[in-house]
Amino acid sequence: MIGTLSKPSGLVYSTVIVLLLIAPVVISLMEHSFYLDLLTRILILTIAVVSLNLIVGYGGMISLGHAAYLGIGAYSVGIPSYYEVFNGYIHLGLAIGGSALFALVTGIICLRTRGLYFILITLAFTQMLYYTFVSIEEYGADDGLVIYQRSEFGGLLDIENANTLYYAVLVVLLLSLYLMHRLIHARYGKVLFGSKHNDERMQSLGYNTYQYKLSCYVISGTLCGIAGFFLGNFTNYISPEMMDWTHSGELIFMMVIGGTGAVLGPVLGTATFLFLEEFLSSITVYWHLIFGLLLIALVMFGKGGLHGLLSRMDRRWEKSQ
Amino acid sequence: MILKKHLITASLAAALSMPVVGQAESVKIGFVTTLTTPAGVIGEDMKNAVNLAVEHLGGKMAGKDIEVMFEDDGFKPEIGKQKTDKLVKRDDVDFVAGFIWSHVLLASSKTVLDAGKFLISSNAGPSQLAGKGCNKNFFSTSWQNDQTPMAMGEVLNQQGVKSVYIIAPNYAAGKNMVAGVERAFKGKIAGKDMTKWGKDKQLDFSAELAKAKASGADGLFIFYPGSAGGAFIKQYQQAGLRDSLPLYSVFTVDSISLPKLQAAKIDGVVGSKSTMFWAPDLDNAANKKFVADFKAKHGTYPSFYAAQSYDSIMLINSALKATGGNLDNQDAIRAAMEKADFDSVRGRYSYGKNHMPIQNFYLREVVADADGNWTTKVVRTVFKNHQDSYVDQCKL
Amino acid sequence: MDWHLLISQLLNGLQLGLLLFLLASGLSLIFGIMDFINLAHGSFYMVGAFVGATVVSLTGSLIIAVVVTMIAMLILGVLVDILIARKLYGQDHLDQVLVTFGLILVFDTLAHIIWGSAGATIPLPDVLNGQIEIATFVMPTYRLLIIVCGLLVALGSYFLVTRSRLGMLIRAGASNRNMVTALGVNIDRLYLIVFAIGAAMAGFAGLLIAPITEASIGMGNEIIIIAFVVVIVGGIGSVKGAFYGAILIGFIDTLGRSYLDDLLKLFLSNQSAETAAPALSAMLVYILMVVVLVFKPEGLFPPSGFNKK
Repeated sequence: MIGTLSKPSGLVYSTVIVLLLIAPVVISLMEHSFYLDLLTRILILTIAVVSLNLIVGYGGMISLGHAAYLGIGAYSVGIPSYYEVFNGYIHLGLAIGGSALFALVTGIICLRTRGLYFILITLAFTQMLYYTFVSIEEYGADDGLVIYQRSEFGGLLDIENANTLYYAVLVVLLLSLYLMHRLIHARYGKVLFGSKHNDERMQSLGYNTYQYKLSCYVISGTLCGIAGFFLGNFTNYISPEMMDWTHSGELIFMMVIGGTGAVLGPVLGTATFLFLEEFLSSITVYWHLIFGLLLIALVMFGKGGLHGLLSRMDRRWEKSQ
Repeated sequence: MILKKHLITASLAAALSMPVVGQAESVKIGFVTTLTTPAGVIGEDMKNAVNLAVEHLGGKMAGKDIEVMFEDDGFKPEIGKQKTDKLVKRDDVDFVAGFIWSHVLLASSKTVLDAGKFLISSNAGPSQLAGKGCNKNFFSTSWQNDQTPMAMGEVLNQQGVKSVYIIAPNYAAGKNMVAGVERAFKGKIAGKDMTKWGKDKQLDFSAELAKAKASGADGLFIFYPGSAGGAFIKQYQQAGLRDSLPLYSVFTVDSISLPKLQAAKIDGVVGSKSTMFWAPDLDNAANKKFVADFKAKHGTYPSFYAAQSYDSIMLINSALKATGGNLDNQDAIRAAMEKADFDSVRGRYSYGKNHMPIQNFYLREVVADADGNWTTKVVRTVFKNHQDSYVDQCKL
Repeated sequence: MDWHLLISQLLNGLQLGLLLFLLASGLSLIFGIMDFINLAHGSFYMVGAFVGATVVSLTGSLIIAVVVTMIAMLILGVLVDILIARKLYGQDHLDQVLVTFGLILVFDTLAHIIWGSAGATIPLPDVLNGQIEIATFVMPTYRLLIIVCGLLVALGSYFLVTRSRLGMLIRAGASNRNMVTALGVNIDRLYLIVFAIGAAMAGFAGLLIAPITEASIGMGNEIIIIAFVVVIVGGIGSVKGAFYGAILIGFIDTLGRSYLDDLLKLFLSNQSAETAAPALSAMLVYILMVVVLVFKPEGLFPPSGFNKK
């Protein structure tokens, strides 16, 4: 344990986790509630990226439609609130049920395809959902819904309180990271990984890879739906825009910056992405130029993302021991 | 990689060490508008007007330095909200102003008002904030969305137009505009199309224009703010509808679209009618100074967005002057703003209990000025001291 | 039934379809031959519009603008191929998606820096700003010109693909990539040519539409997604497929916008129908794509001798 911790990667990851645990205390001492917002946003999107990492990193299914689940989760808060139903269990239930169902139905169809076809069919389903919400006048159509009150958990949790919301998200994130860790080290993960590299071989070994992939797709969608539930509560606002394909693209970027297929990669990737965005956009309105160039450079020259960098440092460290 | 690490460290450092600027010496105004995307041209105009207002005030309000922080909403409600959060929570501004788009304003208003800060709309006037959702700390220096199209509806009645075809973008303001013209216009609505809006807005109106033409209406009412307006009018002319289907517009023909239309030789717009609470040729001292200085600096007429933004700063100034620069006494500032005691570029106006202006609306026509540049000229006053229709729903 | 209206709407649909074809044919070949997903193809559409607008404002001539824009787009295509795209041909699709996504950000921001956020317009000579009357039917002259240009380019690319040596290589590459390499063709050069022609056609499409709308930042980002739908519906690597797919989708979109609201008013309130109609007609296009992917994944008009690998 001590050995793992003193490796560069162990050091970075444990520092990050400790920082995340104590952040609200430090921030409240500094009276800078804006930074708690930024961190909360990072954590929520990290959950989404963790879920994306499961299908892309382990399942090899590149989805350009993952933002759909953020939308489903957020509308699960927005629509009941519109009818003055503030019960958080109902919201969460809808988010989980809705995104699982959407993932199941679309997954059954999408998984008949692969490669470019898979990328575009996931995109197509998300666009359909996007236009569905754009077309519903009652729920604000393009204008979206303002969520005037956050989900209520009957005195158990008061997520109107920024610190409580933060810790609730953090707990869910840590649980989902643990879930990923267990999944990929179980036989389940090995079958998935095998199918990513050679689907025919796994099938000839007697695995029904379609079922593995489909369940993986549903788990991923559901987890992202939970992230959407938090996002809706956090921003107090939801619009179809949240499901735009460019948001799906951004999620992929966060994943790649962290390192595709690394359990803890999403934490680093999302944080880096959002800090960069925050930092660059405060310098110039032309920040997308720098951002775009960095992203291109990262993909073309920085294989493995930040996690890859840490792994290389680990190996160097091990040699020096 | 190295570069990236530096950037991360730098951004972390910047993020955590942002100093709290001394609050006593300056008045801090956050200004949210659109600076990127094609709509950025509107934001630029507003920004120029705000800077001109600050310049006219000598950089000070009641002895305090003016500090304006501009934020770009990227034409997206959630980005607008994030930026507003930052202005309120990190920069601790005293006023948040700006907001071109109704949906961005609606998404962002909660943050500002929950924090007990003043929110001033320099453009958007959604019915929600004028009616049930009115707030003691929300003010507008523009109009309620329905008012301008109502004035246009009245003009259509006066001109004896029997039926109109309506084309407008499908978002909060578009719906309000349509509601406004439908409320005032007594003739027949021959047909209506609401088109896709947002960053992927529809810009080719061939299908809609063909329908409008086939409907046999006497007039065409449109609302297309920003660059979409220019595109629409070009296609209107290309479709040859100038004589058969006269154009009546609100917030479409302005100093942003006119120079481009002139460059594209779309003379179908000359003579077209629009209604507005203001025009560059309105005869009052404040407006003359504003228009002349703006033209001298930027070479073009200011748009109505610019006029409203200029007034937002002047409204804040009037409140600070009345309270002697005391920012702590919110009630006094609010009471002062309610009086609207300043020389607005539209002339004097007053506030209703929902803090929406009670003001005149004019019919304007597109003409060429002395230098040959196309601009709008006031034809006559349509409404005198007009109040919006939602004020009774406001429980203030 | 108002036949005049129906015919105008069909012509409007044809015009949209031909613009989509100009974008989708290049996109389809680039994917079919180089196995490269180019999200930034829409940026060529935008750059073409801006360059055209600049040249017109400098020279006042639409013809010069077309020539200069074509040359500029070929050069830009060559540059992007050599500097970036070439390194990603046949590589991981994820990397391609990411890099070209980054390229969109770069192109959009560069356009903002160079041309400002106001966008740029292309003035037309009076003749083209008018209308043409055929019997009792009136059509904007310029829209007719777009249709004629689109059809000419389509015809040209048909001959290029079916009758020339380059076309033969393109067809071979689209149906079996490995074979062309094995034949000892200079594959880098073939890729370069295809990429540059694709960029030029996209730029031409942008130039054509700019006098109607205008050149504006990000104008290619939404239409590129529709162009991908065209590619899938028509069949990857097939110029003929791109043509029929584009026309089909042009019709669906335009007719949906024209008639769907009246149809919906039978079931919904007026306001809800007005809101739902444009969204539903946009959705129809994606439903079509999913149906094609499920029942005929190789597309409606796959390249002959097409083999999935």
